[in-house]
Amino acid sequence: MTKFIDYTLNGISSGAVYAAVALALVLIWRATRIVNFAQGAMLMITTYIAAAVITSTGSYVLGFVVALAAGFLLGAVVERLLMRRVEQGPPLNAVIVSLGLYTFLVALAGMIWGNTPRPFPPAFSLRGYDLGGTRYLFAPNDTYIVLAVVFIAVALAALFRYTPLGLQMRAAAFKPEVAQLLGVRVGRMFTLGWGLAALTGAIAGVLVAPSVFVAPNNFDPILISGFVAAVLGGLDSPSGAVAGAMILGLALSYVAGYEGDALVPMAALVILIVVLMVRPTGLFPAAKERRV
Amino acid sequence: MKVLAGVRHPFERSTLLRSGSLVLLSAVILLVVSGQLGDYNRLQLATGAYYFAALAGLTVLIGSSGQISLGQGGLMAVGAYTVCLLIGDNDWAVLPALVAAVVISCAVAAPLGAAASRLRGPYLAGATLAIAVGLPALADRFPNTLGGSNGLVINPPTPPAWLGANFSLEHWEAWIACAGALVVVFVLYNLTHSGVGRSLRACRDDEIAASLCGLRIGRLHTLTFVISGGCAGLGGALLALALQLAQPDAFPLQLSLTLLTGVVLGGLGSLTGALWGAALLVLLPGWTNDIASSLSLSQNVGDNLPFAIYGVVLIAAMLVWPSGIQGGLMALRRLVSTQRRGAG
Repeated sequence: MTKFIDYTLNGISSGAVYAAVALALVLIWRATRIVNFAQGAMLMITTYIAAAVITSTGSYVLGFVVALAAGFLLGAVVERLLMRRVEQGPPLNAVIVSLGLYTFLVALAGMIWGNTPRPFPPAFSLRGYDLGGTRYLFAPNDTYIVLAVVFIAVALAALFRYTPLGLQMRAAAFKPEVAQLLGVRVGRMFTLGWGLAALTGAIAGVLVAPSVFVAPNNFDPILISGFVAAVLGGLDSPSGAVAGAMILGLALSYVAGYEGDALVPMAALVILIVVLMVRPTGLFPAAKERRV
Repeated sequence: MKVLAGVRHPFERSTLLRSGSLVLLSAVILLVVSGQLGDYNRLQLATGAYYFAALAGLTVLIGSSGQISLGQGGLMAVGAYTVCLLIGDNDWAVLPALVAAVVISCAVAAPLGAAASRLRGPYLAGATLAIAVGLPALADRFPNTLGGSNGLVINPPTPPAWLGANFSLEHWEAWIACAGALVVVFVLYNLTHSGVGRSLRACRDDEIAASLCGLRIGRLHTLTFVISGGCAGLGGALLALALQLAQPDAFPLQLSLTLLTGVVLGGLGSLTGALWGAALLVLLPGWTNDIASSLSLSQNVGDNLPFAIYGVVLIAAMLVWPSGIQGGLMALRRLVSTQRRGAG
C-alpha cells in the first residue's frame, strides 16, 4: 500500500513535468500547426546552460533564470530563422525540419559537453517527507516541481485570457489573415509564441534534470511523454494538456514502479494508440473535429 | 518514345524480367567489385548494404504511401536481436536466421502498422518516434534473454570451406549483406511497379478518390508498413552479423533520424535515391573523422560531427532542395534534354 501511495505521489510529480512539456507543444501547435519534435533537444540545451551557470556561480536561481531566458531566445530564433519558411508548406516538411533541428542540437550538445551524463543539483531536498513514521517518496523538491508548473500554467492562462498581448496572440493563431488586417503583427506573435513555448519547455528541463541527469539523449522519453500527454488533451487545449499529463504521469509511474523504467516509452505508445483509436479528438477536445 | 503502344518489347512489359536482370547485373558487379576491394572497404560495402536495406524500405514507405516512420531503427533492433538470439543461443545457420529475422520483424511491424495506418502527419511521426525510443529500451527490461545494456554477442559467420582458406571474413560478410540488399531491391522493385504500387501512389495522392475507387487504404498502408519493417529487420540482422553484436546503444533515436536523412537526401520514393543515401551514410563518418583529426579537434567533436551534418542536411534539404540528390539529378537531366532539343 505504501508502494502504491509512493507511485501515486511520484506520478503527480512527473505528471507536472510532462504538463510543462505538453504545454510547450500545445502552444506551438495552436499558433503554427506544427508539432515541435525538437522541443526535447531545445530543453536539453537550456538545461546544460543552467547546469553550467549553477556550477560556475553556485546560484540555482541564477541558473534557472538564465535557462528560461535562453529557452525564450532559442524558441524565438528557431521560429524566425527556420520554421517561418515551412509554416505554409506540407506538414511533412515541418516535421522533418524539426527532426533535423533535434539531430543538430543533440550533436551540438555532444560536441560541447560530451556524452557522459552529468548530475544536476536539485533546488530542494530529495529526502522524502516523514509522516507518522513512514517515509514517503515525495520530497520537498517534488512540491517545488508541482508548484512551479502550476505557477507557469496559471501565468500562461492569465497572459492569454486577460492581457491585450494574449488577445493578439490568440487572434493571430485563430485567423491570421483577419488578425493581420486588424493590425496584429502576426509574424511577431508567432515568434513570441515559440519563445514562450520554449521557455515553458526550459522550465520542464530544469525541473526534471536532477532525476534523469543531463546528457544529450536523456530527455527523449520526456518529449515522448509530453507529446502523448498533449495528444491525450486534444493537442489544441492547454487545460486538456495539463489534465492529460496528470493522467499519463500517474499511469506511467505505475508502469515504471511495478514493471520497470524500460517499459515506459512503450507504455506511452500503447496509451497513445489506444486513445487515438477510441477518441481521436483526445480526452478533452477543444475543437469539434480533426483528422489524426 | 520509339516503341508504339501495344507492341512493347517483352523487356518493357515484364517487371519480373526487368527486376531479375537488374538484380543479376548488380550481383555480377558487386561480385567483381568486392573481389577487388581491401578488407576495410569490404566492411564498408557490408555497412552500405545493410543501411541500403533499411533505407529502401523507408523510402518506399514514405515516397509511395506518404507515411513517415521514425520507427525504422527500432525495427532494425528487432531483426538484430532475433539473429543474435538464434545464432548465439540456438546455433542456427546464417540463412534461416536471416529469414527468421525478417519474419519476426514483419510480425512486430504488423500491429504497429495497423495502428499507424489510422494516423496522419505529426501524430504518425510522434507514435513512430515512441517506437524508436521504446523498442530498443525493452532490452533493459529483459536482461536475462536480451542481455540488458551490454547486449548480445555472437561468433562471426565462417566462410564456407570451398571458397578457399584465403577468403577473408570481411569478404564473406560483404557477400551476405549484398545478397540481402539485392533481395530487398527485387521485392521492392516488383512491389512499386505492380498494381499494389500504383494503388499506394493513388492513396498517397488523393485518399478520398482512391477509396471511392474501391481501394482499402488502411490495409494498403499496413501492408507497406509491414514490408518496410521487414526490410528494416533484414537491415538490422545484417548489421548484427557484420558487427557480431546487438545492443541498445547501436539503435538510438539518432539511427532512425540518420535513416530519415538518407532517405530525404536521396530523394523520397526512389530506390536509386536509397543507394545515394546509403553511400552517404557510410562515407560521411569517415570523412568527418579525417577532417576532425586533421584539424586536431577533440574526440567529442569528431564523434558528433556526422550527426550535426545530418541535422543541417535535413533542415537545408527541406528549405532549399526538397527532392534530394536523385530528384536533383532528374531535374538536371530534364534541363539538359530540353536544352539539347532546343538547340537541335
